[in-house]
Amino acid sequence: MNWNRIRDNISPTRLQINKFNEVWMLVWTLFLVVVPLFIVSGLLWKSSLLLENHTLKEIIFSSEWKPMSGKFGFLPFIMSSLWVTLLSLLIAAPICLFSAIHLTQYANRYVLRFMQPVIDILAGIPSVIYGVWGIIAVVPFVAEKIAPMFGVQTTGYNILSASIVLAVMVIPFILNILIDIINTIPKELTEASLSLGAGKWYTIKHVILRKALPGIISAMGLGLSRSFGETIAVLMVVGNVAAIPSGIFQPGYPLPALIANNYGEMMSIPQYDSALMFSALLLMIIVLFFNIGSRFLIMSYEKRFK
Amino acid sequence: MENQTKIKVESLNLSIGNKVILNDINISIPKNKITVILGPSGCGKSTLMKSMNRLTDLYPEMKVSGNIFIDDEDILHTKNDVTEIRKRMGLLSQRPYPLPMSIYKNVAYGLKISGRVNKQLLNKRVEHYLQQASLWNEVKDRLKDPASSLSIGQQQRLCLARGLAVDPDIILADEPTSALDPISSQEIEKKFLELKGNYTIILVTHILRQAARIADYVVFMYLGEVIEQGPAKEFFSNPQTEITKAYLRGSIN
Amino acid sequence: MKKDSNKKTSFKKQRLKYEEYFFRGVMLLSSCLIAFILGLIIYSILVKGVPSLSWEMITQTPKGGFYFGKEGGILNAIIGSIYLAFGATFIAFIIGLPISLYMNVWLSHKEKWVNMLRFILDLLWGIPSIVYGAFGFTIMILLGIKASLLAGIIVTALLILPIMIRAIDEGLKTVPKGLKESSYSLGSTKSELAFKIMLRQCIPGIVTAVLLSFGRAIGDAAAVLFTTGFTDNIPTALNQPTATLPLAIFFQLSSPIPEVKERAYAAAVILTSIILIISVLSRVLTQKYNKHTIKF
Repeated sequence: MNWNRIRDNISPTRLQINKFNEVWMLVWTLFLVVVPLFIVSGLLWKSSLLLENHTLKEIIFSSEWKPMSGKFGFLPFIMSSLWVTLLSLLIAAPICLFSAIHLTQYANRYVLRFMQPVIDILAGIPSVIYGVWGIIAVVPFVAEKIAPMFGVQTTGYNILSASIVLAVMVIPFILNILIDIINTIPKELTEASLSLGAGKWYTIKHVILRKALPGIISAMGLGLSRSFGETIAVLMVVGNVAAIPSGIFQPGYPLPALIANNYGEMMSIPQYDSALMFSALLLMIIVLFFNIGSRFLIMSYEKRFK
Repeated sequence: MENQTKIKVESLNLSIGNKVILNDINISIPKNKITVILGPSGCGKSTLMKSMNRLTDLYPEMKVSGNIFIDDEDILHTKNDVTEIRKRMGLLSQRPYPLPMSIYKNVAYGLKISGRVNKQLLNKRVEHYLQQASLWNEVKDRLKDPASSLSIGQQQRLCLARGLAVDPDIILADEPTSALDPISSQEIEKKFLELKGNYTIILVTHILRQAARIADYVVFMYLGEVIEQGPAKEFFSNPQTEITKAYLRGSIN
Repeated sequence: MKKDSNKKTSFKKQRLKYEEYFFRGVMLLSSCLIAFILGLIIYSILVKGVPSLSWEMITQTPKGGFYFGKEGGILNAIIGSIYLAFGATFIAFIIGLPISLYMNVWLSHKEKWVNMLRFILDLLWGIPSIVYGAFGFTIMILLGIKASLLAGIIVTALLILPIMIRAIDEGLKTVPKGLKESSYSLGSTKSELAFKIMLRQCIPGIVTAVLLSFGRAIGDAAAVLFTTGFTDNIPTALNQPTATLPLAIFFQLSSPIPEVKERAYAAAVILTSIILIISVLSRVLTQKYNKHTIKF
């Protein structure tokens, strides 16, 4: 009797609330899936004007950038982006790898307690602050110290400065992934190697790094895609000259900088507008490509531990 | 011969922070016999074994005191290289952890560290130890395959071969059959019985029947302490303490 | 023969030992370098910015001739940034919290779906903010919306949404199965489990997520570059344009006038301080709330 009352009076509303919650939450979750599709199709639609008038080959492999006379060659921007990101990875990768081994294998907990906030703060510093730091510290350093060593004269606003700033920005990002990757390696594997008479260093070299290799590669891939899309900090120190860079002391003009510098001012020329949206699309495709590839590698790597 | 002692543990204490894991352990393990360390899970069996080849060094939070003598050398306070001590003991863990390399290289791993790099000799040794672990016939055509492609039972035997290859005189086995199917487990047990003529084998287990099947000597542990130790026959037929009796009846687990 | 191999062994060991010493040095150096760089960044920003920091800077909006080095401050940008970051974090939280609860309660036994959603979120997080900004701007033009605080909030909210969800998700993931099961066995519905139990268990995770997102929102420049516009006034309504700190720094730094540049450095000090405060706050709060979580 009593029980029935509880069931009759309370249960239906509770169940209705539950059902209601389920529905709207599902809708919001679906919204999440739609967003990237929406962005890609929007960008594709906007860049169709450019693609109608030019062949893809012409756009990507031509280096003639004269928007006013309808010439849109993206090669200088693509090459600048490649230079900057690859060089920054070249700087960041060894530092991250060595530090990750140090923090996971050798460091005691006091060092860890000190380094964790350091990494977190580095990861949290806004892009524009890195740009300011680049202008204050890196640009003069490159112009006055590094370039003279190679007998080069430069303003300091060049590929190398941008790469150094970018390297510092991706270090916390890559380092965090690497630490996670190395920590998923079971400790028993180290124990097995040690009990076969191997020293710690031998174990790290032949067992841990080997086991972590796919993870290390994908961490670098994710770092690459992160630095590829970085805008403001790079824009502030890279020099912004639309020509294919011929060396690390040359200025460059990466894709994100192109969008940031020109968007909003080119509305009068539809083709120009379309070209910039195409560069956003290009940027997104390249970034997604590296991202998906690296994440698949990580996922297949994690599966092997189950 | 009957009473020759291989490993002698004297007043060994081990703690993590305030938590005592091992409390005043005193045991002696006879040479070329199978000694089973028996006890419910979480009683410190595995930790005791890890301190015997100083894998406890890996965990800086563990505080160890006391002595462990192996052939009269106090390995906790020795000046000799730790890797030399570890090489004298082969380790089999609960699950097989093959090294991330080929089957061949897994066995050759320890040999290469020892500096034996003569290719032909190496081939012969690898074959020899794979045969000792009765794995040779199953893998001789695919030595270059990654070790992870083997079945879990085969992997455990590979780990055995890998351990034997560094020419130890002690085998430490930490519940080596707990992840295996009954048939693979049987094979491992059979292997141990074959090997005990040349090796001092220490087997950690919580499976009573396994202990009864293969033990020559039993150490019974409970909550970080050694409750009872003695030859297997006496231990099973005439247990001395109440806790042991209760455990053998199956009321503690 | 035996002796020979022993010699070889010890030689190899010796070499490995020196190799290890060398690499340990390199590793230690790498970690030190990372800490050193952080110190260097903070040091150079402070040295350049603090001298030109003044009370006027943070209490006044730009006056006439501000951009030629005359008086005024950047209060407009500070307030604008705070409005923007609060708005964006709020929206991202309102959308993100239900999604992460949905993933961990309703989809908890459909691992494939959850993993796919996490994959999509990670991809969304990887999209550069300049793409969000440019795309958002295009949509605004299409719909005839002017650059405004609201537009900036929406674009920034989209930008930080993946971080918000993934961070809350990391917290919800750690809720033990036993707690869920015992809640079900007491007769609670899924919504009750989600909003009454899971939510309370995950307060530290949620606090971290909110602060992390807030920090990202206040610091991002590329997404708001076209969407918020820029003005010297403090916005009083959502449809007005607004200045933000990162953009104030960016624009003032590109000025040729030294006084204006110096203000950019001072503004950088302010932004850096905000980020550092958030970071410290999130550490303190996580530790404080962690005390009240049931641990297993």
